[in-house]
Amino acid sequence: MTASPASVPLRRPGSLKRRQTITAYTFLLLPLLFFLIVRFLPTLVALRLSLYDWNILKEVQPYVGGKNYSRLVQDAIFGKALVNTALYTLIGVPAQIVLGLGVALLLGKIRALQGLFRALYFAPYVTPIVAAAWVWQWLFSPQFGPVNTFLIWLHLPPQPFLTSPGQALATTTALVVWQNLGFQVVLFLAGLSAIPRTFYEAAEIDGASGSAAFWKITLPLLNPTIVFSVVTGTISYLQLFTQVVNLNFTDQGGPLGSTMTVALYIYQMAFGRFQMGYASAITVVLFVIILVITLLQLRFLTRRVDY
Amino acid sequence: MTVTQQTDLTTAHTPTPPRRDIKTLLAYLVLAIGAVVTLFPFAWMLLTSLKSFQELFNLGFFPESPTVANYTQVITQTKFLTWFGNSLLVAGVTTLSVLFFDSLVGYTLAKFDFPGKNIVFILILSTLMIPTEMLIIPWFVGVTDIHLLNSTPGAYLSIMFPGLMSAFGVFLMRQFFEALPNDLIEAARIDGMSEFGIFWRVALPLVRPALASLAIFSFLGNWNAFLWPLIVIQKPEFRTLPVGTALFNGEAGTQWGLIMAASSLAVIPVLLVFAFFQKQIIEGIVLTGLKG
Repeated sequence: MTASPASVPLRRPGSLKRRQTITAYTFLLLPLLFFLIVRFLPTLVALRLSLYDWNILKEVQPYVGGKNYSRLVQDAIFGKALVNTALYTLIGVPAQIVLGLGVALLLGKIRALQGLFRALYFAPYVTPIVAAAWVWQWLFSPQFGPVNTFLIWLHLPPQPFLTSPGQALATTTALVVWQNLGFQVVLFLAGLSAIPRTFYEAAEIDGASGSAAFWKITLPLLNPTIVFSVVTGTISYLQLFTQVVNLNFTDQGGPLGSTMTVALYIYQMAFGRFQMGYASAITVVLFVIILVITLLQLRFLTRRVDY
Repeated sequence: MTVTQQTDLTTAHTPTPPRRDIKTLLAYLVLAIGAVVTLFPFAWMLLTSLKSFQELFNLGFFPESPTVANYTQVITQTKFLTWFGNSLLVAGVTTLSVLFFDSLVGYTLAKFDFPGKNIVFILILSTLMIPTEMLIIPWFVGVTDIHLLNSTPGAYLSIMFPGLMSAFGVFLMRQFFEALPNDLIEAARIDGMSEFGIFWRVALPLVRPALASLAIFSFLGNWNAFLWPLIVIQKPEFRTLPVGTALFNGEAGTQWGLIMAASSLAVIPVLLVFAFFQKQIIEGIVLTGLKG
């Protein structure tokens, strides 16, 4: 398969270039096939399915044009899932960035035990999500959970948490933030270490206060890290699924649809009710949302900072 | 407890001005409180898993008479060891595949000059924006068409195939290979080494740290994969650890001792692996985050 070197005695520039091209595409053959068949082709198939009343249990799959999309517009549960997903993202992404940056800044102030603390904060990130979700359910159990025990000990009223439509979404977001925090900390530690110390020394000589240094030096120079964190965080929150399913396994997305996400709704439509055409239409909408938001974020958040 | 004692010792001897001393102490205090909050769920999970059924609802932190009954029940009454083995197989094979193919693609994109190079790179990278939800329906339709979900190799292949290569890994490996000096490759070429031999015996050994962090990320991702395995696994004996524990926990209902034991058994191996490879994991994030 590979161009064997023995068969090419000459080293003319043209033949070298051609040989490189042949070798490169030989190496890339299987991976390119993989990405085309497992990633790109299914994307096109999903687009096509979204135009059909595609049910895996039925014999005929009639073409319905844009009907799945017009149904989406009137679907109240989809609307709810969309609003919830937006809420998860709008609470979760800023929360994990602020907490992650805060912990990273504190870690920057200490010398001893820095590695230990970093490891402790990182542990939830490697914890299997399924197991973490079930522990969370028990921690926030209204009757037996230690969180309510603690609230009562503080003479505060116990809360319903995951069992109440008003608090379930926030309790779910807290789990995701808890799991992602360590990753954010490591990311921001790396970003902070890339800022030259001389900037801070110059600011100190100029008599700038600590908070001025933070707003004028740290934050602007952290821009690449913040953009990376916002973009990747948003993409993952928009696809929130595993935590939501496992936090309320018997009433997924409940109570009263208050934790329902777009990804979970897709799953229920496609594999609970086998309405795969309709579910595909939702995935197309989700794809467009992710694409547009990512491009907007990259366009408006990225700042060139020169000092 | 030990944490605060040690911080007292270290800060007491540093000759810094008192105001900075207090600030450092405060930093330690806040970090310690945060760490306690972060670790509390682990502690609660472990301690609850050691409680007997009678003790479960006592709300005390420590079990009065610790028992491993929950663990023996989980291991004997469920297919826990099978799930564990399945996850090990799935995560192991996908990781090996990712390591081989992602580094081959990363190397090719970094070290070869050929038409279409940038298009290939952008094509692969753009797949990162496709949501998994969009792919699973066509995947599912595809694998049920072939009717292989109930045979042993077919079932495992169906669980594994989406993870056999990753765009993220291609990106990571390309970054590392770009930093590799071209002279080494040229020298090997002049020595008459085959192109694959150069990749395999010259380039690959030089990027071991990158391979280590890619291996860990890939293993973690496939070990924890939930959505696709949940959909594609039809027979209980093919369940992976996340799917097995989720469904078991759903069936166990209110038997929280069992659920906590199953969760602990799922968490502990991963935490051990993390303890061993902490440095590589963190370096991997640092490198992708800074260069991304």
